[in-house]
Amino acid sequence: MAVTGVFMSAVADTHAQDHHHGPAKGISRWLLTTNHKDIGTMYLIFSFAMFLLGGTMAMVIRAELFQPGLQIVQPEFFNQMTTMHGLIMVFGAVMPAFVGLANWMIPLMIGAPDMALPRMNNWSFWLLPCAFLILVSTLFMEGGAPNFGWTFYAPLSTTYGPPSTTFFIFAVHIMGISSIMGAINVIATILNLRAPGMTLMKMPLFVWTWLITAFLLIAVMPVLAGVVTMMLMDINFGTSFFDASGGGDPVLFQHVFWFFGHPEVYIMILPAFGAVSHIIPAFSRKPLFGYASMVYAVGAIALLSFVVWAHHMFTVGIPIVGQLFFMYATMLIAVPTGVKVFNWVATMFRGSLTFEAPMLFAVAFVILFTIGGFSGLMLAIAPADFQYHDTYFVVAHFHYVLVPGAIFGIFASAYFWLPKWTGHMYDETLAKTHFWLSFIGMNLAFFPMHFLGLAGMPRRIPDYALQFADFNMVSSVGAFMFGATQLLFLLIVIKCIKGGKKAAAQPWDGAEGLEWTVPSPAPYHTFATPPEVK
Amino acid sequence: MRVHAQRAGALLGGLMFPAWSMADWTLNMTPGVTGTSNEIFSLHMTILWICVVIGVVVFGVMFWSIFAHRKSQGAKPANFHENTLVEILWTIIPFVILVVMAIPATATLVDMYDTTESEVDIKVTGYQWKWQYEYINEDFGYFSNLSTPRDQIENRQAKGENYLLEVDNPLVIPVGKKVRFLLTANDVIHSWWVPDFGVKKDAIPGFINETWTRVDKPGIYRGQCTELCGKDHGFMPVVVEAVPEEEYNAWVAEKKEAAERERQLTQKDWTMAELMERGEKAYQTACAACHQPDGSGAPPAFPALKGSPIATQDMAAHIDIVVNGKAGTSMQAFGNQLSEVDLAAVITYERNAWGNNTGEMVTPKEIFDYKNQQ
Repeated sequence: MAVTGVFMSAVADTHAQDHHHGPAKGISRWLLTTNHKDIGTMYLIFSFAMFLLGGTMAMVIRAELFQPGLQIVQPEFFNQMTTMHGLIMVFGAVMPAFVGLANWMIPLMIGAPDMALPRMNNWSFWLLPCAFLILVSTLFMEGGAPNFGWTFYAPLSTTYGPPSTTFFIFAVHIMGISSIMGAINVIATILNLRAPGMTLMKMPLFVWTWLITAFLLIAVMPVLAGVVTMMLMDINFGTSFFDASGGGDPVLFQHVFWFFGHPEVYIMILPAFGAVSHIIPAFSRKPLFGYASMVYAVGAIALLSFVVWAHHMFTVGIPIVGQLFFMYATMLIAVPTGVKVFNWVATMFRGSLTFEAPMLFAVAFVILFTIGGFSGLMLAIAPADFQYHDTYFVVAHFHYVLVPGAIFGIFASAYFWLPKWTGHMYDETLAKTHFWLSFIGMNLAFFPMHFLGLAGMPRRIPDYALQFADFNMVSSVGAFMFGATQLLFLLIVIKCIKGGKKAAAQPWDGAEGLEWTVPSPAPYHTFATPPEVK
Repeated sequence: MRVHAQRAGALLGGLMFPAWSMADWTLNMTPGVTGTSNEIFSLHMTILWICVVIGVVVFGVMFWSIFAHRKSQGAKPANFHENTLVEILWTIIPFVILVVMAIPATATLVDMYDTTESEVDIKVTGYQWKWQYEYINEDFGYFSNLSTPRDQIENRQAKGENYLLEVDNPLVIPVGKKVRFLLTANDVIHSWWVPDFGVKKDAIPGFINETWTRVDKPGIYRGQCTELCGKDHGFMPVVVEAVPEEEYNAWVAEKKEAAERERQLTQKDWTMAELMERGEKAYQTACAACHQPDGSGAPPAFPALKGSPIATQDMAAHIDIVVNGKAGTSMQAFGNQLSEVDLAAVITYERNAWGNNTGEMVTPKEIFDYKNQQ
């Protein structure tokens, strides 16, 4: 006991010294930092930069598709744009944005002084710019960037891939390492550093969803690493994993890829579920309806995500029993997802609602994500999927779950916690403008894609038959509108960092949680002494 | 169900876009012309309406809350945060709806997978970027290439009615017969889709997939490749002509005769001018997509032929690469894709066009002997 006492006081002493340490000066603050807030900020800035880069590529795609015929780019380059757009948005924009939010908010929400593994935290961030430098540099290589779609199906990506494919594989490996380390850190932090009294079933939902997401990441990122390594071997070392003439199987690629890929799509949405589950109660001034069922629903979705991968492959010729299994399993996901949507609506019901920017984005999230869920349910019906598969209907579906799902979730979170991060309130009028322009632009861009797909337009084509012309033009106009609007977000954030109305520690009257007990802006070091949770 | 669904769909469309002509603003899937496509359409409409009803209820409650429970309206928040009965109900009810959905879906799927008792068998092979159709029991086959002129694609000419959905040789099938398709691919994965049939299946190199259709209404049906297969993925349409049985039989007889004539052409003595003329045509359909009409290629993936060592130096190497392809690259083996006549014509053309004036020619007979030696 005495020994422990001495030890404790030693720890307290170092902490006391730490309190006088502000951030280091200059570039070394950012290069060498182990502070969760600095690293969170870097993740968020990085992901926004990637969002703009991937968005620019989307603008090239939509400009080419504005009219039938080839006008702006050649098919070779068009394919590079669709591929890089997908890769950058998935691995560069959405995933790092959620890691950024996790870094900033998890320690604040569980009353921890920092992430459990701060040095690894620094390392997992700085790997990302390296990975994306490699990936983006392939655009300037002979033969161009990867051009086989973000799903990089073999043998198009192996035997028939451009020379830059090996660089792409290396970049994916580095991203994977970064994600796995990030996930280990999240798990270690949540399981070890919770404030006394915060049992698992008292954890904020954002923490819960991130805990589950982190387990998904650890489970599937090695699978992704495995599949790209098999590609590497096929391309450079004479193996034939995916080449039938050497005894391999191109469909094996798809099984392995989607075993990673399906949990991956939940990795991109679960943290948004968590954030929205804070924002809706806050602006409804009413506790979240069905906390426990929310947790179980996320767990169920995560488990189911491992047994539905082949619904991406209904047309590859899976035997009928397999086809039926994957159809039923996929349909089941609608149950826990439905529970979540019902809970959010029940939270709003008989609340006292106001509609600041975070709430606007959160409500739009619930409505539009649900529309994406409906089209997902339609896609799950295997016979119908034979018509929908690889058409614009699928493009519409996954953009509905990713743009107003993941990305609106991120915007909602950003507006919700900006006062905590910067100490200032953002400009509400501008933020509402950002919301409405995004909302209209996004629906204009993606809703007509349902019609295009149902009318028979395949995805990933640079030119199309004349009957698809009108909706493509509408879609392009919407996309340009959505794209341009995001510059407004940049302006709002810069304005908010520079100044604005001082934010109180608790700027939203309905918000709950430990993060609101520290001052705004959150000091460089918080919770050196853990708070007590009752 | 289906008629109601169609009417409702048309009504919905009419309400949303009253002023526009519906021709170019198609909103929904079409029922198609086969039993399968009709069943799929009816599944599609059922699930769509279920989603619409659920959406109306859920969003209805939400919009009511947004309307009535606003703080600015003086709403005071309630404090409830769970209700076991409600939570159990909204877990069970969706589950029941799903089971109801799964039953017809399963029946349709079982039917789609039944490829037995076919009357016509056609092997469909995907190539970058064209389709090959082989009539297995009739001993002939041919390639089907996009026939939309380059000038239309590059906006130098007005686009035709079937822009990008037209081919030189459509697939021809008889109406009223069960036609089985055996799908495979020569290079990368392609996917063969005709929306009106409700048939889509991947063509995978090294494997054979099966699917089937029975078309009752004669007509021309158009679809496209739906699996990203490289640069010209958007330019390999599927066109199927369904014709009455007598017409089909006559067509088959004619095709068989033409195939026999083609085999005999190999024995004919060809002149340089004849080979050059035929070679240019064959080059445009088989080679120009990659090596470009003027032989300039698109390096590094697709090397130039104009002035290249292969096309101007050792003839044997030239024949070898055209007949056998080059492993590990996009250069396919054309030995089985083109007739001896076309192979000889293309090689002769490449050695003499665009300033490659070698003056050398190779005859179909020489190609025939070369292939036999292998």
